[in-house]
Amino acid sequence: MKAKLSKVVVVGASSGMGEAMARQLAAAGADVAIVARRQNELERLAGERPGKLRPYVHDATNVDEVPELFERIERDMGPVDGLIYAAGVMPSIQESEYAFEKDRSMVMVNLLGAMAWMNQAAARFEAARGGTILGISSIAGERGRRGNPAYCTTKAALTTYLESLRNRCSRYGVNVVTIKPGFVDTAMTRGLKGLFWLISAEKAAKTSLALARKGKSVVAFVPSRWALVAFVVRNLPSFIFRKLNF
Amino acid sequence: MVEFASTPYRVRAPLRVVDGFGRSTLAACRFLEPRSVEELAGIMGQAQSEGISVAFRGAGRSYGDASINSRGLVIDATGLNRLLDWNPTTGVLEAEAGLTIEGLWRRTIEDGYWPTVVPGTMRPTLGGCVSMNIHGKNNFRVGPFGDHVLELDLITPGGDRLTLSRSQNSELFHAVIGGLGMLGAVTRVKLKLKKVESGNLRVESISARNLDEMFDVFEQRLPDRADYLVGWVDCFAKGKGLGRGQVHAAHYLHAGEDPMGAEGFHVERQGLPGTILGIPKSELWRIMRLFSNKPLWGLINKAKYHSSWREHGKSYLQSHVAFAFLLDYVPNWRLAYGPGGFIQYQVFVPKETARETMKDVLNLCHQAKMPSFLGVFKRHRPDPFLLTHALDGWSMAMDFPVTPKTRNALWALTERLSERVIAGGGKFYFAKDSVLRAGDVEQSYGRDKVERFLAIKQQLDPTNMLSSDLWQRALAPLAKPQPPSQLFGRAAE
Repeated sequence: MKAKLSKVVVVGASSGMGEAMARQLAAAGADVAIVARRQNELERLAGERPGKLRPYVHDATNVDEVPELFERIERDMGPVDGLIYAAGVMPSIQESEYAFEKDRSMVMVNLLGAMAWMNQAAARFEAARGGTILGISSIAGERGRRGNPAYCTTKAALTTYLESLRNRCSRYGVNVVTIKPGFVDTAMTRGLKGLFWLISAEKAAKTSLALARKGKSVVAFVPSRWALVAFVVRNLPSFIFRKLNF
Repeated sequence: MVEFASTPYRVRAPLRVVDGFGRSTLAACRFLEPRSVEELAGIMGQAQSEGISVAFRGAGRSYGDASINSRGLVIDATGLNRLLDWNPTTGVLEAEAGLTIEGLWRRTIEDGYWPTVVPGTMRPTLGGCVSMNIHGKNNFRVGPFGDHVLELDLITPGGDRLTLSRSQNSELFHAVIGGLGMLGAVTRVKLKLKKVESGNLRVESISARNLDEMFDVFEQRLPDRADYLVGWVDCFAKGKGLGRGQVHAAHYLHAGEDPMGAEGFHVERQGLPGTILGIPKSELWRIMRLFSNKPLWGLINKAKYHSSWREHGKSYLQSHVAFAFLLDYVPNWRLAYGPGGFIQYQVFVPKETARETMKDVLNLCHQAKMPSFLGVFKRHRPDPFLLTHALDGWSMAMDFPVTPKTRNALWALTERLSERVIAGGGKFYFAKDSVLRAGDVEQSYGRDKVERFLAIKQQLDPTNMLSSDLWQRALAPLAKPQPPSQLFGRAAE
């Protein structure tokens, strides 16, 4: 059965893949609650389709706000049938830098925020016997790289969390989609060295939404050729992997 | 650990997908499980101060949305299940409201006491039995559950603690029993049990060729020839066989009449069959699910009817448990109806119009091509409770499977059935309800009764803290317009 995605909450909608997905959903006729921290960015996006794109200012680290904000959104728009969690941060970690505050911010935004929103959505969707939860994880979660331990950890955790959620809810008709992008041209990757196979946020968003609309719970690399990289990375023996610099 | 009492429930209360027993109604609710009356009182106090709506839930055996509170708070009371006092000389028992009928009879049967009124399953809690004022197969003889309650403790939404009985707060006592949990939390129930002289009943089976015969079988036995009477109806039969089925009449035994003697009182003698037709009963619902479609279920009804004639006119001994708790024979049987679940719908019709109305009800189902998969027929008597479903007449309970395809047609059918029942002066039962509209309730229960209940609720619960999806659907619309509620979980209307 195809997923409807007619009333969708997009968390992390002010930039990158979240923004692109919100824009594309609204263009396809959906009502979209766009949730992000930066009010001016949200208002700029909402202005593109007033009434279809509805702005809600929210900092993903403020998990206690989520239950009431979700309720406010449903009061405004009616019962939601899709949640896209696209909020994510990846502060740069220098060689020999050990910065707990950066780690904490990644756990808060990339993982705890996702759990806060997905709990709300999963309970509603299980009761409604339908709905789509889409989480933007990352290929970074496939292996613990030396470059950014906390980022890899949060994405591995998010992947596992989404898998559990899928196993928990798919029997009730809930569609849980894990998207693992490679390099996407967004503020997060700007200025990084050694990028390859870079695709635009619009392209990544389009592919992700197409997968979600199929209504089949799925784990997918975007674009799909990253599955090859993931396969190699996962299977490299540790004594080799630890000598690599990527 | 996070200290729960100091964090708002609207933020921190866990969500739980809560369903009605029919599984066709479900919702995500905030869900808390207090372990003591004090904890329950604390939760109510905090919910009041946060402006969050509250419903109470016992064993979740109401078929529809009586213990569901979308987005609000559901307080599961099954943890409050202590037996507080049992006196085998007087047969008076006191317990917290979360104690189940099962927990109760297991404690009392060996002293020779059985609850005077039990539902068709032993899982419900005493609080649930009080709030729905449940009835049994002996309703015509002994009235509903509430008739055997001596005393209740209630925590009101304002935090007052009241003791209710026929002599103390009598009006409230009669409103809280059958009050759907909308007037406060019942925390203690004092109940009078029935002294029985045997652990068994003598059960007699009589087959009936049609509905008139079924009425006749009941009527012959009503004056003094049975302590329990229940009819099973093959709702698939049409024409001359309309309403055919099987009646079971059960009688208490006197000491000396039971060959098992005192042995029959033992809990082990009060068992349910371990296998049915050779299939382990824990897995039986999977087999039933394969048959859960109209043609096959029709065949099963037909086979059951014809085989009933082999028992016709015979009698046998059966334990109280085996006779009373038919619904517990097959664990998880509710899953047999498939992912869409089912609704149960029970109509009550006064004796003057019952024969015609019941026939029309069965025929309306046939016209819609939606015969009930199961029909259960009973006799009732009036009682003094404010929102009582009982009357001097008859009831038919029907199970209808729900699928996304049939849902709208089924709801339309129940609207026609409700209209017909109301025209016959009938009523409905909230524990079995998923479909009634406020107008149906007003007409069947009577404007004056409903208004009186709403007035009592307004007095005890002026902020409308206590609510449920059932309440919002069937009764709240009848209240006089109130200033817009700021209550949580309500604003999405």
